[in-house]
Amino acid sequence: MNKEDLSFKVKQATNVNVRECYQCGKCTAGCPLAEQMDLRPSVIMRMLQSGDEQDMDNVLRSYSIWLCLTCETCYSRCPMELDIPKIMDYLRQRSLVEGKVNSKARNIVSFHKSFLNTVERNGRLHEMGLILEYKMRSGKLLQDMTTAPGMFTRGKLSILPEHIKDKKSLSRLFKNQDKNSK
Amino acid sequence: MKIGFYPGCSLTGSSREYNESILAISKKAGIELVEINDWNCCGATAAHNLTKELSVSLPARNLALAEKDGMEELVVPCAACYNRLVMTQHELNENGGLKALIADKLQMPLKNNIKILNVLQFLEKYFVPRFEELIKYPLAYDVACYYGCLLVRPNKIMKDERWEDPMSMDSIMQKLGANALDWSFKTECCGAGFSVSKPEIVGELSGKIVRNAVDRGAKAIVVACPMCHSNLDMRRPAIESYLKRNVDVPVIYITEAIALAMGITSKEAGINRHFVPVNLTVNR
Repeated sequence: MNKEDLSFKVKQATNVNVRECYQCGKCTAGCPLAEQMDLRPSVIMRMLQSGDEQDMDNVLRSYSIWLCLTCETCYSRCPMELDIPKIMDYLRQRSLVEGKVNSKARNIVSFHKSFLNTVERNGRLHEMGLILEYKMRSGKLLQDMTTAPGMFTRGKLSILPEHIKDKKSLSRLFKNQDKNSK
Repeated sequence: MKIGFYPGCSLTGSSREYNESILAISKKAGIELVEINDWNCCGATAAHNLTKELSVSLPARNLALAEKDGMEELVVPCAACYNRLVMTQHELNENGGLKALIADKLQMPLKNNIKILNVLQFLEKYFVPRFEELIKYPLAYDVACYYGCLLVRPNKIMKDERWEDPMSMDSIMQKLGANALDWSFKTECCGAGFSVSKPEIVGELSGKIVRNAVDRGAKAIVVACPMCHSNLDMRRPAIESYLKRNVDVPVIYITEAIALAMGITSKEAGINRHFVPVNLTVNR
């Protein structure tokens, strides 16, 4: 495998050799969201095999990589035991770093960012904080106006976050993340 | 008896009843679940979608803290947290370089060999052998046991032999006196982390699950994951709008089912906190 080759880079980052895929299509057949994807899982695998930079660019700009729910059905059924969800994680992380996030996926990314922000602040997820920050980021101010009061009366939504005590140890994890492991 | 416990964030908020019911049944069985001191969020879907390092460093901090507390076994009722902790343990044991990097950042030693139990494994080990003594009132209903994704997949790591058709929850429910139905959506995805960002997708995926359970005659859907529960219970309006009909089948945690069968009240087990009312009763 040529070191400049795309599939080599994928292998290096994920330890998955996309060239082992023989296009049986089982991953796409079992994927709960394949119907809604612009590029289906087996097609993404084929595009990664091609070694074509334009193919990689199209994959990184696809909606599919953000629609993947990491349900792990594809990996569990793959006859070659290829860890496709791990590849999806790698592609999402690259898409984000390279500023190629598909516009239809903006809300999904906003949600994940809001989630990690509340964890960075408190050490634990604060659901109320997550919902408020997500509303601000996505502009979906009116969403769940009927669900939130129901959560509140059932004791499922706390106003104040829980904090961990050792905040320092946590901020070390958020700071200076290793680029190679991204 | 004391066992390590990692509740995870959902169990302190939107899934309080899962926490209340597992604590109630454990207390009644004389088992003390001891929380990891100063535990943090596992990072969930957000971390592994956005940054590789956080997806292992956040769970790893909890594993290291559990070791520091002297725990040998760790019960993790949330299927999502369980999955992240197990995947992290696996990945760090496979990748020595990453393990060294993470341990260095944590500034804590990490042997990384704690035994992590999901709720079904916990129940099988500590409750099922004592059912004759613990179970007072049979829960005689037709139920659909719903496992979702994270307890069984990826099967290479979770090592459930029957990962396409798991039976462990079915077997527990049968022992409680229920009839666990044969149905088709045991391990289909509910839409998981799209509950807020893509509720219409949750309506569709969870709608198919609920429809199949109801069509097979289920009087309740039994779950072991806070995300599955939220999506099937709290997101019922999205489900009903996808199915274009009203569906009143309740969704209960396996720990709530056991609580009822042990004679614990609905209130103590948190069953009054559901969005879809739970109309299951036991004959006292």
